[in-house]
Parts: sequence; structure tokens; C-alpha cells
Amino acid sequence: MTTRDRHGLAAVPFGLAGLAVLLAAWWSVTALALVPRTFLPAPALAWAALVRGWTVGDLAGQTAQTVLRMLGGWLLASLAGVALGSLVGLSATARRYLGPSLAFMRALPASAVIPVAIAFAGLSPGMVLGVVAFGSLWPTLLSTVHGFATIDPRLRDVASALHMSNAAFVWKIGLPNALADILTGMRLSMTVALILSVTGEMLAAQQGLGQAILLAARSFRSADLFAGLILLGVIGIASTLVLAAVERRCLRWR
Amino acid sequence: MSLALRSLGPALAVPAAALLAFELWFAATGRVSDTIAPPSQAFWRLAAGLADGSIVAMTVETLAATLAGLAVGGGLGLAAGSVLALTRRADMTARYVVEMLRAIPSIALLPLALLIFGFGYRMEIFVVAFATFWPVLILSHSAVLAVEPRLIDVSRMLGFGPLSTLSKIVLPAAAPRLATALRLASGIALVVAVTCEITANPQGLGNGLMRAQESLQPALMWAVLLWIGVIGYTANRALLAMERRLFAHRSDVDTSVAA
Repeated sequence: MTTRDRHGLAAVPFGLAGLAVLLAAWWSVTALALVPRTFLPAPALAWAALVRGWTVGDLAGQTAQTVLRMLGGWLLASLAGVALGSLVGLSATARRYLGPSLAFMRALPASAVIPVAIAFAGLSPGMVLGVVAFGSLWPTLLSTVHGFATIDPRLRDVASALHMSNAAFVWKIGLPNALADILTGMRLSMTVALILSVTGEMLAAQQGLGQAILLAARSFRSADLFAGLILLGVIGIASTLVLAAVERRCLRWR
Repeated sequence: MSLALRSLGPALAVPAAALLAFELWFAATGRVSDTIAPPSQAFWRLAAGLADGSIVAMTVETLAATLAGLAVGGGLGLAAGSVLALTRRADMTARYVVEMLRAIPSIALLPLALLIFGFGYRMEIFVVAFATFWPVLILSHSAVLAVEPRLIDVSRMLGFGPLSTLSKIVLPAAAPRLATALRLASGIALVVAVTCEITANPQGLGNGLMRAQESLQPALMWAVLLWIGVIGYTANRALLAMERRLFAHRSDVDTSVAA
């Protein structure tokens, strides 16, 4: 995000004021009953639902389920994406033959494979995990291929002069040079993984926040619905922040 | 063009070989399945669905929701992104709010949209608009920030007000990056529209896909899946080609990156 470093620390109070304005706007809309309470609960009600769900209810467990699903699918996708991406990225011929098919797969909405996955694996946790992994594979895979494709040709000459094996090339030259692209891809993959985890939970009736908010909406419990939305937002922010920190740390040498 | 034609062979070789292998396997084993169909049957079903208008009707529903959502979300995102980039104070105030709200996975708003709007176009447009608003906001924000500051000085010297600065100086200068934002957002819009239809909304291609699966029609299921892929891929390529054509003469634009 470009705004993060544009204003420096002086901007922090402004940012916090912005959050206060949002909260105040939310509160006044509900206090003046501009929007029916079935759609938009008062902030205090949403907060109460969040606290109650977390302490008495099963919100913590559902959050854990969603986070585990997201991380599991993302890890599988990252491993497969980097491995396959390195293989394809190694040779220009492979890129020529496989690149267009991969680009086609990426353009395919990941959720569109859910019906197919249901046909194969039924409404199981494994099906959802498979869809999360499949859908979040593409950003990492394609950015790994891109990272390998843009390696300085002179480095390839060095590798061949040193009689490096393919494996050594990938390990010593390819991955370090493609790291920036790979990490960007992995960050995108994480976003996709969260979206697909939630979608999968809604569709396949798997325990988790996706199902929790769907059930809350069906029974017109808008406070519980917003509690779930807040938690999903927190998961989204936390995963982005963690990955951004990892990215900064890994790329410090550049 | 000759380069494009020459790369077509390798591009089609892999999928063609895979489809042929499937086809031969089906022919050899004589297998009938509820989950996979021979590719020839899927292609045939796609052609039939396009000819009798059933797949065309679904496509129109999906594209209408996609485009309407993109227009609403993209338009608002462009406006908000440009305003934030040009007014420092608002920018500083909005940043945590933006970071927080955009972290909510768009599809999580589906139950809320369902609650407010019920089934139909409006709820799908709402979710698509939310999903496209944030990336367009962020990309147009950085596009406007990347505009040469001296150009803005020029407009100030010419005595332009904020509106004419935006329309005469900033937006034309930021156009190439805005076009990229439009391409990315249109991809997101299609994905989200189809996801809404698969998950809840009983219309469009996503719903057609889901119904084909539930009624054990694998040929139709694969036909619709293939068709959705074709639409997404074609839209992306078309917008990319448009970007290159419109902005190829501009030295400040790198059109070589296809990502």
C-alpha cells in the first residue's frame, strides 16, 4: 500500500481520527435508525455479540477453523506453486508450452471449480481444502515463473560456466533472484485463500466463520453477522501485516 | 502478429494433448461417469447451449451484474482514490479506514447483501461493487500520486480549479495506470459475480454451473466451466490489447508486462 510510508508517523493521529469518524458515522446511522436494525446493528451490539461469541459461544473455535483452513490451503499452494513455478521457469520451452494454459487457468474464477470439486469429493473438508489450495496456487505459481523468466541472462551464463546442475541453479540463483516476485505472489495467494475458505465454508457447510455469518444472516442476527465480518477483517489485516513484515525481512539484503 | 501465430502452436499443444488423451481414454474404456464427460461431449454441449440460447442467457445475466458492479465500484473507487491522492489531510485520515475495510473478504458480504437485497441483480452488484471499489481506489490513488508534480503546478499556474485540474491534467496523465486498474478490477468483478452465483444468487453462469453439477450433467458442467474460463481470458486479453493500442506511443508506459 502506497499510503503507508507517504506521511510518516505524523499521520498516525489522523488515521486514528479516521477510525473514530467511521465509528461515529456507524453509531449515528443506527442511533437515528436510518437503516433497519436487521441490516445494521449498533456498534455496541456488534461488539457485545463479538465478546459473547468469543467467550460463551463458539466464535473462537470457528475463527480457528477458518484460519487453519486458510493457512493449510495457502501452504499447500505455496509449496506447489514455487515447485511447479521453478520447473516451468527453468526452461524457455516449458514457458512457451505451458505459459498460456497457466494464464488461462488463472483467469478462471477459482470458485468456479467448486461445483467440479463437489462432484469429485462431495461436501467434505478435504474438498474445501483442495479448492483453497487450487485457487490460491495461481498467483504464487505465475509470479514464480515470472521471477525466473526475468533472471539476468548473465547469471544463467555464469551457472552454465560453472556446470551447475538444474537443482543447484534453482537453489542458488533462481529462488534467491525470484524471491521478491514469489513473496508478492504468496501475499496475493493468502488473500485468495481467505476468500475461498469463507466461500467453501458457506457452500459445503463446514465449520468456520463463513458458515457462521451465513447462518447469522439467515436468522436475521445482524449483530452476530457483523461480529463475524469484523473477525474476517482482522484475519485479513493480520495475515497481510505478517506477510509484509516477512517480505521486508527477506528482502533486506537487496 | 506472426510472433503471436507462431506461439499459438505451443500454446495449444498441451491442452489439446490432454483433451485428446481424455477422449481416447473414454473411448477405450467406454466409461460413463457422473463427474467427468468426454471433452467432445462438453464441447458439443457448449455449442448446443450457445445455439439454443440457454448459455447465452446465463452469460448475459452474469456480464450484466459484472459490468454494473464494476461501473459502480470502479467509478466510486476512482473518485475516492483521486480525491485522497490530491488532498493530503483526507488521505492521512482515511488510510486506516481503507486498510480495515478492504481487508474484509468481499464474499463475506454476501450474507449481508442477501439480507438487504434478497436474490437478484442488486445483491450481486453490491458485492461486486464492494470487491472492485478497494483495488480501484488503491490503484487510482497511486496512479494519481505518480503524476508528475510539475504538471499539477502548471495547472495551478493556469488558474485551474480542482475539477478542471482533475479532468484536464491529472486523469489524462494517469490514464495508462488507470487502464491497468480497470483490467485488474474487471477480472475481480467477474470472479466475484460468478462466486455470488455459485454460492447464493439463482441466476447466471455460476448458478448454471452449480445446477449442472447437482443434476449430474457433467458435459454441461464442463461446458459452462470452460465457457467461464474463455470469457475471463478473452476479457483480460482484450483489455490488455486495448491498453497497448491506446498507450503504445507513450514513453512513460511499460506495456510489455502482461501480468
